[in-house]
Amino acid sequence: MSNIVLNAGTAHGHDHGHDDHEHHDSGPMTVLGFWIYLMTDCILFASLFATYAVLSGNFAGGPSGHDIFELPYVLGETACLLLSSITYGFAMLALHKGNKGGVLGWLFITFLFGLGFIGMEVNEFHKLIVEGFGPSRSGFLSGYFSLVGTHGLHVTSGLIWMAVMMYQVSKKGITPTNTTRLSCLSMFWHFLDVVWICVFTVVYLMGVL
Amino acid sequence: MFGKLTLEAIPFHVPIVMVTLAVIALGGIALVGAITYFKKWSYLWTEWLTSVDHKKIGVMYVVVAMVMLIRGFADAIMMRSQLALAANGGEGYLPPEHYDQIFTAHGVIMIIFMAMPFFTGLMNLALPLQIGARDVAFPFLNSLSFWLLVSGVVLINLSLGVGEFARTGWVAYPPLSELGYSPGVGVDYYIWALQLSGIGTTLTGVNFLVTVLKMRTPGMKLMEMPIFTWTCTWANILIVASFPILTATLALLTVDRYLDFHIFTNELGGNPMMYVNLFWAWGHPEVYILVLPAFGVFSEVISTFSGKRLFGHVSMILASGCIAVLGFMVWLHHFFTMGSGASVNSFFGLATMLIAIPTGAKLFNWLFTIYQGRLRFTVPVLWTLGFMVTFAIGGMTGVLLAIPGADFVLHNSLFVVAHFHNVIIGGAVFGYIAGFGFWFPKAFGFTLNEKWGKRAFWFWLTGFYVAFMPLYALGFMGMTRRLNHSDNPDWTPYLYVAFFGAVLILCGIASQLIQLYVSIRDRDQNRDVTGDPWNGHTLEWQTSSPPPFYNFATLPKADELDAFLEAKRNGTAYNFPAKYSPIHMPNNTASGLVISAFLTVFGFAMIWHIFWLAAVGLIGAVGYFVIHAARDDQGYMVPAEEVARIEGERQQILAKANVAGVSKAPAHALEQV
Repeated sequence: MSNIVLNAGTAHGHDHGHDDHEHHDSGPMTVLGFWIYLMTDCILFASLFATYAVLSGNFAGGPSGHDIFELPYVLGETACLLLSSITYGFAMLALHKGNKGGVLGWLFITFLFGLGFIGMEVNEFHKLIVEGFGPSRSGFLSGYFSLVGTHGLHVTSGLIWMAVMMYQVSKKGITPTNTTRLSCLSMFWHFLDVVWICVFTVVYLMGVL
Repeated sequence: MFGKLTLEAIPFHVPIVMVTLAVIALGGIALVGAITYFKKWSYLWTEWLTSVDHKKIGVMYVVVAMVMLIRGFADAIMMRSQLALAANGGEGYLPPEHYDQIFTAHGVIMIIFMAMPFFTGLMNLALPLQIGARDVAFPFLNSLSFWLLVSGVVLINLSLGVGEFARTGWVAYPPLSELGYSPGVGVDYYIWALQLSGIGTTLTGVNFLVTVLKMRTPGMKLMEMPIFTWTCTWANILIVASFPILTATLALLTVDRYLDFHIFTNELGGNPMMYVNLFWAWGHPEVYILVLPAFGVFSEVISTFSGKRLFGHVSMILASGCIAVLGFMVWLHHFFTMGSGASVNSFFGLATMLIAIPTGAKLFNWLFTIYQGRLRFTVPVLWTLGFMVTFAIGGMTGVLLAIPGADFVLHNSLFVVAHFHNVIIGGAVFGYIAGFGFWFPKAFGFTLNEKWGKRAFWFWLTGFYVAFMPLYALGFMGMTRRLNHSDNPDWTPYLYVAFFGAVLILCGIASQLIQLYVSIRDRDQNRDVTGDPWNGHTLEWQTSSPPPFYNFATLPKADELDAFLEAKRNGTAYNFPAKYSPIHMPNNTASGLVISAFLTVFGFAMIWHIFWLAAVGLIGAVGYFVIHAARDDQGYMVPAEEVARIEGERQQILAKANVAGVSKAPAHALEQV
């Protein structure tokens, strides 16, 4: 997201001389913009959930969720992702304390958890495809792969973003820009957690029950 | 190495396409030659292509929209002439496989690449000025949005000469748009052109929502924002709520076509009607995205030229909000024939009819604004009056179509085609052209020629009625849409008349081009020296025409509605302060252009299955974005002396023009220079 700053907002009226030379904090504006972007992403997922819901019974003679989902394995994935949200929270706490080493450490742990989640998901997809239960098999599996896969792509993007931010923080330290961006990534990461809880419930739990 | 791309993809054997390409090539060479000859490349690059100034981005959007209007209209007149020639059992001159691409391209271009950029351009130009801001919230993102639109434009126009375009109609319903029935690259061009420009639109929506929430000038309350800003805001809410649905739907069609998924297929448990539902869950809000800003333009025009405050400002905002909300609850009326049953169809039919109520409230607001005003019959006012009559008719045929029983008869007929052209041309397009004339002097500093503007209006208005009223009749007579030829002698006279209507609209477009030429030629006689050519009400008229790049040297006060009108009455409109402050502005950047260029390559490579090139395009785009972000560009400060110099010049011009209120403080401001 852009972080370009403009002289704006009701707090910086023209009658006040105080905005002459100081650097304006664009952080809140960027965070609000990112919030609205996340809502658009939410609607994108809503469309995929709706599609999955419509297709979820169309097995076309193939397997149902009951046949292919292994709940304990998915529980492991879920644990990875939920723990990564907690560790990201610790990274944000370190950020607000101005503890650069803490930020980097916690981000790295978060990154590992995220990577673990993606690794497990890729392994799960691979196994399904090898068994002949790829997306081409039925409408249900197409809906499953598109919904869960889109979430996985989001997590992957988050990981790339996190890697870039670790590099940025290690090089430039805790600057206002990095703080804003880490706040946005934080929202993104927690958002993906919320989406995953919906995926876990709607796809896996309801699929197995 | 080159995927599906071979030399055979270029349609050498189709003379119409080759002649078109030759004309485009010659025009392009002439344009490039002219820019080179006049040594304008660096000016173009630094002042326009890399600009993050919302006013310049707005102008570029409108330029793209007008070019695409001509392209889309060329498609239209080809269809009308084909149908006139191919009546009575003739073959005409366009074979079905070509004709089908033309009606698909016409729909996609007019909605996505003409109407959307026209609205976005007007919004870019006027909205930040109306709320007294210096730019949008995220200027770089704004530039990126524009260049993503250009990516889509490039792809859809490439399909003319390399390969083919979709033959599915602009809605691209599966299973027809699936690989089995559309094995060519046409649907892939459709997917990637819409996908890229759609993402740009989503970013625009986010950007302008933050702009109105965070960047209003001191004192301006939300409910006191000018009405055009408000209607754009409703449109932006609709954008962020509906465009992600399009993104998801196109992505699902993509995996169906590329990775053998079965989301929308007929076989193996796919569900084609899911696509239709999702498409219209985006598509219906989309038409309100197009028309709400046009309603805003009409409101500004009618209140300015009546010399009165808009009747029912708050009711206008609320009515727009009702339309925006209801617009999300009516998508199923596009396919009552799906067979959802009587109760579902009744719900959507009733919800559709309900929209007529807030729309009717708006119409009465406009009428009451004119009532007892002193209406000046300028060109924008003519477009507004033409809209009020034409849109009322289109609205009524819409309510008629909202009756599920009637819709079963009229579904997929020319009656539907006549209806949506009636509301989109008579509503959205008339509004954009009115807005074009209204804000043109703000963007360029001179007014448009009235005589040619009036000619354009009358040609367009009569052309519209002559072209589309026969289609209503043809719909009742049973003619379905997307026919390539017909052999019913009863239809023939109507098809001839409709073609004549298209010729009248052609004269209208020609008049607009002549209007532009004449206006530019005579610009010195039509200068807008004050920045306020129409005795305007809102803040965009307070600054000069064209505005300085920072818009306002000091942020204007806006304590009530129609802030500029109030300031003129109080005599504070042209107060120049004794001292100026430095102004913080964003730097220009080529990043949006470069990222979009990579994404264009990505899209083209995906269309032709050149996957190594697609990887290059995608990695390039993401990588360049990271590089751009790492630069951490914080913009620059415009020194107070520079601001004082520019404002001093403006003050002298205003004083020379004897504008009331300027002479109050000329001396000490000039000391600054």
